[in-house]
Amino acid sequence: MIELQGINKSYGAVQALKGITFKVNKGEIVGFLGPNGAGKTTTMRIINGFIPATSGDVMVSGYSVENQPLEVKRRIGYLPENVSLYNDMTVNEYLRFVARAKRIPRSEVRAKVDRVAGQCGLSEVTSRLIGSLSKGYRQRVGLAQAIINEPAVLLMDEPTTGLDPAQIIEIRSLIKSFAGEHTIVLSTHILQEVSAICQRVIIINDGRIVTEDSLENLTGAASGGGNVMVKVQGDDAAARQRLAGIHGVVSVREAGRSAADNAVDFIVAVDAEVDVRRAVAEAVIGSGCGLLELRPIRLSLEEIFIQTITKNA
Amino acid sequence: MNCLPVYARELRSYFTSPVAYVVMLFFLLLTGAFFMVFMSDFNMASMNQSPYGGGYNLNITLQVVRPLLGNMSVILLFVMPLITMKPFADEHKSGTMELLFTYPLSDLDILLSKFLAVLTLFLVMLALTAVYPVFMAIYGSPEFGTLISGYLGLVLMSGAFIALGLFISSLTENQIIAAIATFGTLLIFWIIQWTGTSEILRHLSILEHFNNFAEGVIDTRDLVFFLSFMLLWLFLTLRVLESKKWRS
Repeated sequence: MIELQGINKSYGAVQALKGITFKVNKGEIVGFLGPNGAGKTTTMRIINGFIPATSGDVMVSGYSVENQPLEVKRRIGYLPENVSLYNDMTVNEYLRFVARAKRIPRSEVRAKVDRVAGQCGLSEVTSRLIGSLSKGYRQRVGLAQAIINEPAVLLMDEPTTGLDPAQIIEIRSLIKSFAGEHTIVLSTHILQEVSAICQRVIIINDGRIVTEDSLENLTGAASGGGNVMVKVQGDDAAARQRLAGIHGVVSVREAGRSAADNAVDFIVAVDAEVDVRRAVAEAVIGSGCGLLELRPIRLSLEEIFIQTITKNA
Repeated sequence: MNCLPVYARELRSYFTSPVAYVVMLFFLLLTGAFFMVFMSDFNMASMNQSPYGGGYNLNITLQVVRPLLGNMSVILLFVMPLITMKPFADEHKSGTMELLFTYPLSDLDILLSKFLAVLTLFLVMLALTAVYPVFMAIYGSPEFGTLISGYLGLVLMSGAFIALGLFISSLTENQIIAAIATFGTLLIFWIIQWTGTSEILRHLSILEHFNNFAEGVIDTRDLVFFLSFMLLWLFLTLRVLESKKWRS
């Protein structure tokens, strides 16, 4: 659906993007992650044709952004980072204007405006001036204008900045509800957002792509390997000894003790890709202890993010 | 071509803010005052002559129509920058440009929409001055040919003003700067003939070309001048819009 091939972008002497290459398939929700100033907005603007790349090719739905910009723009909905709307128009007037500017036939305008207003929770404010709306509502108007022409591709640049927690949750579930109909690229530096919405993550730092993988692969959830946390009730010394004897276990560390249920938490560190969950369970039971909890420890996205951007810096 | 949505929005934005009304108010107030002065002078002259059979050297076209057209053109020189300052500067400043340029509209669509919106606002304003010729026709007999060529001249001249104003508006995000720079540039083109006796400079003067229209002469040289002036600035504006993309 979206294909970037060796995109470079220079602003004068500053090279903002250095050979960005990635591909987004139809129907995917991709999180475009990176610290501030990494080049997320620039990449977004290059995909939607607002600014041209210095070199490289961008294809959207099989159309080249450089050679067929109007065809590409017809298929893209864009939500900029700071949504600037015409404050002197009402929500309804504005959405009608956008519908017409996006070449929706006159006869379908009213139906489309009603549909997106309903979808984005704007039905009650359609006759209010945009200038008088709260930030949350303005953001929804921004989303509404992006999806009004049912674009194949939806680009969203930090869609939840400046919203309060309740609004953030609303906007996220709204974005999730677009999944399936649209191919979505969502840029953000908020990591929960990615784990809440996206299937795949592209991490960009200093104008380069540093990691690109599915969320599951990144956090190690897909493989059975990795460290394990186990909560043991009873004779913890015996359990500890047995755990340490399992093949592949590097160390067993006590991570906490609760007097109430006489239980101890152990973190069992494991050699890379060995799945020790079964062996751990058997060891604990074999030692005569109670097994209260057993779970693999996954890397959080924060940890992955910090690791990748510091490793590549 | 997809001009209508942006054209309608642009025109609407003039009438939902006080700008259009304030500009029209003062334009009509000033032109109306001049009309009244010229007309009452003419009446006075007619009355003074009436005991002697009257009619010597009295000509409403020469004594009212022509000075009125001349004054209107000068007032437009002051007024037009105030309505051409907004279209691009405001969108740059407020950031609405970013979304506008991601819609399936070409640069030319956007430019023409804005040009036509400002031109429409001007035509509405000019149409309101039609009261003056109506009064003249009721109480005198002005030459309609001169009125028509004069109004045609005003439209062409203003089209040229708007094109230049849009060009300058596209260069800045500050409306005040856009207005002042437009006024300054127009004034230079207005008085350029005073700077010397050079034939070329005289041909570049807006005043020189407008005067022919006010005298009832429609000369192709003047038509070509205003049209090429207009096209030049529109073309340059288009270039600025394109360059925004690689400069930003």
